[in-house]
Amino acid sequence: MTSARRKSYGVKGAPYALPSPTTTLKRARSAPYFFLLPAVVLFALFFALPIGYALWLSFRKVKVSGLGLGSGARSEVWAGLENYTDALTDSELVDGALRVLGYGCIVVPVMLGLALLFALMLDSDKVRLAPFTRLAIFLPYAIPGVVAALLWGFLYLPDVSPFYFVLDKLGLPQPDLLDGGPLYLALSNIAVWGGTGFNMIVIYTSLQAIPAEVYEAAKLDGATPLQIALRIKIPMVASSLVLTFFFSIIATLQVFNEPTTLKPLTNSVSTTWSPLMKVYQDAFGKGDIYAAAAQAVIIALVTLVLSFGFLRAANRRTKQEAAR
Amino acid sequence: MSSLAIRKASPAAGTTPGTAQGPPLRRRIALVPTITLLIGAIYCLLPVAWVVIAATKSGSELFSTFTFLPGSGFADNIKDLSAYRDGVYWKWMGNSALYAGLGALLSTVVSAFSGYALAIYRFRGRETIFNVLLAGVLMPPVILAIPQYLLLAKADVTDSYLSVLLPLILSPYGVYLARIYATAAVPADVVEAGRMDGASEWRIFTRVALPMMVPGLVTVFLFQFVAVWNNFLLPYIMLSDDEKFPITLGLYTLLEQGANTPALYTLVITGALLAVIPLVALFLVIQRFWSLDLLSGAVKS
Repeated sequence: MTSARRKSYGVKGAPYALPSPTTTLKRARSAPYFFLLPAVVLFALFFALPIGYALWLSFRKVKVSGLGLGSGARSEVWAGLENYTDALTDSELVDGALRVLGYGCIVVPVMLGLALLFALMLDSDKVRLAPFTRLAIFLPYAIPGVVAALLWGFLYLPDVSPFYFVLDKLGLPQPDLLDGGPLYLALSNIAVWGGTGFNMIVIYTSLQAIPAEVYEAAKLDGATPLQIALRIKIPMVASSLVLTFFFSIIATLQVFNEPTTLKPLTNSVSTTWSPLMKVYQDAFGKGDIYAAAAQAVIIALVTLVLSFGFLRAANRRTKQEAAR
Repeated sequence: MSSLAIRKASPAAGTTPGTAQGPPLRRRIALVPTITLLIGAIYCLLPVAWVVIAATKSGSELFSTFTFLPGSGFADNIKDLSAYRDGVYWKWMGNSALYAGLGALLSTVVSAFSGYALAIYRFRGRETIFNVLLAGVLMPPVILAIPQYLLLAKADVTDSYLSVLLPLILSPYGVYLARIYATAAVPADVVEAGRMDGASEWRIFTRVALPMMVPGLVTVFLFQFVAVWNNFLLPYIMLSDDEKFPITLGLYTLLEQGANTPALYTLVITGALLAVIPLVALFLVIQRFWSLDLLSGAVKS
């Protein structure tokens, strides 16, 4: 839509010959590059260069000669794929990946399910208190992940938590939320709490963009609100669902802040709980930046493959549905 | 797209006027959606309510009284927090305000430049540049932050304000939003008219296009402000001097020390409450004249 509207100038400067078509044309040609200069420079310095450097490091290692003493004893040498094979056979990294997989299987469906549910409810007729509830559900977005983890962390602690207070009064068993299986739920809950609101806004915005006439026919045919939601609304916001899914997968694979914040409250979160925590630990805990770089590259590749694989699969389905 | 402001003005905005339903039916409340939304709101407000109440409790009340019963130690808690290590907590708050305020401002400027260029001009490599900039979103932050740290260490700027500010200025999402807003808000003929009048491209941008893009740029600013304020990883990696810590990192170190000393719990809790207030207040104030929908890139067509 952009290109169709913009076609009229820039490329062919002839239609407006008043001041000086050639200078206007030249100016309009170089101007966008000037406007983009800051972004391109920043991208080169803080995105491209670090990524290139990480790639380079991932193929290097430190060789220690002799006892490793003195200035010339440690030298950086080419390592080939050694760091990569080490990373892929590293049980800490593999275990971390499996933990995050389990965590993601809870977070993504629950968070997006709730976001879609709330968006549909906000969009339904005759709903009360919509502005208030919309803002309340969105509120966690404004709360830093570290603070969110900290707040929930306290709510999971038996000494101060209202949940344990209630369970205690009722004489019910009190599970340890910060250990074993419940720990996954505890961590997932923090992510769901923090992310539902933003995704709800994205989905709700695209629900609002559906013209009212679309529903009129269905209403006249006597469709119930549930049928309208399932048959019309959800298919029509499919593209924003795909988008929220895409970003949720990326965010889940990168989980770092929440488990790191819960770590001081429980022994069950190790320093290598998630793959990114493992990368951090290797780089700064062990000081092995080469191994950390290789792991980082692997995580980036997995993120790219999973997220784009999902996008492609989603596109193919929408196309098939459109063809039907 | 109806903004919050519009919705407030007409409580019945959810109902479609002029449909087959008569007035008495219109007043009926849809129970299921309303209750579902209320449960969602309670779930989202619960930890916030808890921290508000817990911050009023003194150290002993925290462990002895019912969680949702207000305590009597709020003033003391704030005094203790302010006294903690000569008021380092307020230093953290100030740092966060600096990182988020200046970072978001610079980020908005860069996004405005790029978004305008990508939306208004047709030039060689436009889509390539846009896609490459957007690909930055996909990069896990740790993967960027570690080599960023190593490179900045070579330039000797780690553990400084700059090391936290600079890497966050370019925001792929900000560029994306700015492009959408510029496409929607700046008509091509206005730019063309400016050229016909002999205005320079820079002048057209600052005098004509920029004012039109303001509502969108406010969104970019807010988004980026929240992103920087909430950032934990980059300062966690870059900084070791706790005088330069932002509030997220400061609270984390406080929690780390306090985990084994329950006496510090009240400080952590009070600190968490005070850290949340600025952003929540910001959202409550601006939502009167700004729509949340803008965050998802929605623009009036």
